[in-house]
Amino acid sequence: MSLGPDDVRKIAYLARIRVAEADLAPLAEELTGIIGWVEQLAEVDTDGIAPMTSVVAMEPTRRDDVVNDGGDPDRVLANAPDRVDSFYAVPKVVE
Amino acid sequence: MTYVITGESGDWEVVVGLEVHAQVISRAKLFSGAAADFGGAPNDHVSLVDAAMPGMLPVINWVCVEQAVRTGLGLKAQINTHSVFERKNYFYADLPQGYQISQFEEPIVGEGTVVLDMADGSERRIGIERLHMEQDAGKSMHDQDPSRTFVDLNRSGVCLMEIVSKPDIRSPEEAGAYVRKLRSILRYLGTCDGNMEEGSLRADVNVSVRPVGSDELRTRAEIKNVNSVRFVMQAIEHEAERQIDVYEAGGEVIQETRHYDANAGTTRASRAKEFAHDYRYFPDPDLLPVVLTDDEVAAIKAALPELPDEKRERFIADYGLSTYDAVVLVAERETADFFEAVAKGRDGKQAANWISNELFGALNKLDLDITDSPISAEALGKLLDLIAADTISGRAAKAVFQAMLDAPGSDPVAIVAEKGLTQITDTGAIEAAVDQVIADNPEQAQDVRDGNDKAIGWFTGQVMQATKGKANPKAVNDLLRAKLRG
Amino acid sequence: MSALIDLTIAAAAAGLDAGDFSAEELTQAHLDAMAAAGDLNCFITETPELALDRARASDARRKAGDGRGAMDGIPIAMKDLFCTEGVLTTAASHILDGFTPTYESTVSAKLRDAGAVMTGKTNLDEFAMGSSNTTSYYGPVKNPWTRADGKDLVPGGSSGGSASAVAARLAMGATGTDTGGSIRQPASLTGIVGAKPTYGRCSRWGIVAFASSLDQAGPLTRTVEDAAIMLGAMAGHDPKDSTSAPVAVPDFRVACAGDVKGLKVGIPAEYTLDGMPDEITRLWEQGRAWLEEQGAVTRPISLPHTKYALPAYYIVAPAEASSNLARYDGVRFGLRVPGDSLDEMYENTRGEGFGTEVQRRVLIGTYVLSAGYYDAYYRKAQRVRTRILDDFTSAFQDVDVLLMPTAPNAAFAMDEKQDDPVQMYLNDIFTVPANMAGLPGISVPAALDKDGLPLGLQIVAPAFDEETMFRAASAIERAAGFDHVPARLGGES
Repeated sequence: MSLGPDDVRKIAYLARIRVAEADLAPLAEELTGIIGWVEQLAEVDTDGIAPMTSVVAMEPTRRDDVVNDGGDPDRVLANAPDRVDSFYAVPKVVE
Repeated sequence: MTYVITGESGDWEVVVGLEVHAQVISRAKLFSGAAADFGGAPNDHVSLVDAAMPGMLPVINWVCVEQAVRTGLGLKAQINTHSVFERKNYFYADLPQGYQISQFEEPIVGEGTVVLDMADGSERRIGIERLHMEQDAGKSMHDQDPSRTFVDLNRSGVCLMEIVSKPDIRSPEEAGAYVRKLRSILRYLGTCDGNMEEGSLRADVNVSVRPVGSDELRTRAEIKNVNSVRFVMQAIEHEAERQIDVYEAGGEVIQETRHYDANAGTTRASRAKEFAHDYRYFPDPDLLPVVLTDDEVAAIKAALPELPDEKRERFIADYGLSTYDAVVLVAERETADFFEAVAKGRDGKQAANWISNELFGALNKLDLDITDSPISAEALGKLLDLIAADTISGRAAKAVFQAMLDAPGSDPVAIVAEKGLTQITDTGAIEAAVDQVIADNPEQAQDVRDGNDKAIGWFTGQVMQATKGKANPKAVNDLLRAKLRG
Repeated sequence: MSALIDLTIAAAAAGLDAGDFSAEELTQAHLDAMAAAGDLNCFITETPELALDRARASDARRKAGDGRGAMDGIPIAMKDLFCTEGVLTTAASHILDGFTPTYESTVSAKLRDAGAVMTGKTNLDEFAMGSSNTTSYYGPVKNPWTRADGKDLVPGGSSGGSASAVAARLAMGATGTDTGGSIRQPASLTGIVGAKPTYGRCSRWGIVAFASSLDQAGPLTRTVEDAAIMLGAMAGHDPKDSTSAPVAVPDFRVACAGDVKGLKVGIPAEYTLDGMPDEITRLWEQGRAWLEEQGAVTRPISLPHTKYALPAYYIVAPAEASSNLARYDGVRFGLRVPGDSLDEMYENTRGEGFGTEVQRRVLIGTYVLSAGYYDAYYRKAQRVRTRILDDFTSAFQDVDVLLMPTAPNAAFAMDEKQDDPVQMYLNDIFTVPANMAGLPGISVPAALDKDGLPLGLQIVAPAFDEETMFRAASAIERAAGFDHVPARLGGES
């Protein structure tokens, strides 16, 4: 699979990473190189093999339905780049 | 009850499927220990997990899992004892993680059914495609500041159930009945409070149209976040008309997200860049699959309350109710409980009539729920006992009922005593009154003797008036007939 | 004071218990060494006052007879991927500018509660993505080891700051995280011990996530016994991490004293690479001989899917990372680069905030998860992963542990090997398989190469059998007798 500049532009938008127009082509080439290399996995026979979904087989922790967190807005807002009162603030969104 | 829209080119029908988002009743959120309550000061019900601080990890609230299973059982659906949480990746200001933890390929609940009792007495079965658990997002406020949007994460991470119907719905009425029935079932189960104003229950409505007689599935539009039964019905109506107009003008309906504008009575396309959505679902590596044993499912099933459909059947069988009355009475669990408390050991039909007619009418006027009724089930039961024992007449009973409404918590027996409404069953007293009225009205008496039946009614009224309504009307009637007709 | 910084954790704990010196003196000696080794760029943030406070508190505890064991009063460095309450936490990324957590990671809290004295936050590859510690926003870390050409050498990565700090005697131990070899590979390149426990042994809560299904915390120390002591303080079930294993933590230190008589050691044929120096192959042979001399039984085994572990890793890890790093969006913490719209703010923030390698991996991860490619890449890689795990599972039916080299090369110069990402990724070729299967692995310094640079040998054990891993690693350590130190410490190579 070969990626072109348009593919990279689309992926970069999905990932919300600004990539300069001039960097799209070289990045496409680099990503094509990596993707080409991982494509050797096609050699592996995985018919009937289940994808790994958990590394270690165990029972998940079941949390009790108890309120024991929250109640401290300053704790969650402490590092906010922009806040107004107890709200996070971001550039205006037009829906 | 087919719903057909006549267009210029012919008749059309609608094909509707609903995705209902129901907030699970739980104290804490799905993956954190912050409160799941509605409201609260901004960012107060927020843990470090909900704010997606670096290194924070989700741990499942097991009660939410049980609630989802309970709901699945209530929808007569397949319970999947192995289900998987996945990440749905997209960026938005009120989605702190940059992904929503949801279920995708392996939901906790599979196919089920909801039975609708339509107004014309017919029954419709709407298929459930699946139910899955997911996190709610936070809330963005766009109108607080000229240049900024404010974000409150109180809702972020609250557990929702997304209940997806099959595209089995064929009219706005069915859609409305479906949402009401679903809400009823959820409230019976105690898994969602069904409060649409607070957003505990909201629907995404998928609408497409097709010519009547066709069985194709055409491109659908998704109307997002509709928050009342009325709006669901209106949105379908408007969207169907819009789509028919598009087709009849030679156009094509495009798959898109739309919003219902209740003021304008129209749907409009969302401005979001649809093409950019690629959610990149994959199993959340921070979580393990949700695994339930058959015994756990069986235990939840054994503890399920009686649901509206079963209750309706039982009311019909045990209390002799009509289907219509039974459907009305079981819609809300509180109403059904009220009815049973009144009807137990009494005439069920009579109890149903008093509740459906007198009580509902009164509550409607007072704008009260049955849980806030000024007349308790016990008090209404006593009133019915007074009628059954012939202590008071039906007419007097209505007066007592009104007095009970006026003085919440009052006792009908006391009211009857106080107002002297006890029915006169002493035939001697009634006979005296009858004789007096006949004596006072010789012309009318002759009328009756001459065969005018209507005039008997007039005499009955006179006697009732003379006894201030306390005489047993049947006894009066019998005496009048005996005396005037021989 | 140089004697103090040369001590092992075990020896220092004994000295503290005997009252030979105080935790404050021990800490001050390390703070002095840190001050003199600024050129290595091991630390992003130094916390001398916090360290001295904790050291004094430790002394007070010991005096009162309330000592908390072997880690009490021991100066350690913390990889700057662990969130530390009130102390800047950066993941070596511009995007976490100014981020001061209001919480303490479970592992760092456990170490703190065991009395360990944190002296600072160590440098790393940005978001732990790298094998050379050259991708840090805070500049590269230098390896204290040098070779004849005098070029600056990399310490390996991503826990390069931790590895160099321990190798240069700036800390007695350091925390690391290992997603594809980030503890073991730098340990090998800096001549120290690095242990990655079983996935689920240490809580991931409060560790900046790279790839959730692969990340594991572990210790970097100068001896196997020290690693066992430190891991004992880091490990344990944490109800805040769903993938944390509810299993008891054995006394790993005791395991180090065991012998290897009758231990069955597998030598996997596939752990070799074109162009790998002969010295590494010879050292591997030597390791086998060392174990046999102590009574172990070695046998060749096959792990046929080994060569696919690395490409599968480079699908799974970037995929998870692309999602894990979505939260760095300029809204709630860290860097925000303004934009006219929300999307522009995101793009600007993430475009400027993430370095080249992080961007590359996020883009790869986004691509392999995107519509139309998920099955061909991500799902395929997870199937391959199952086969890799199956390889190990069947191998462990015949043998108790595996022995292989840790890395296909010694430390290299900062200006070498950096151009081609795939060439760079090959650094982790021998360490990645254990991560893919969630297995514990440890690197033990075993010899110097012809340039006088350290090389490590690796032991991989079955899940939750770190005790056997430590037992075998101790046997290698005893036989190797590796006592070389970097020239800058006055040692001779």
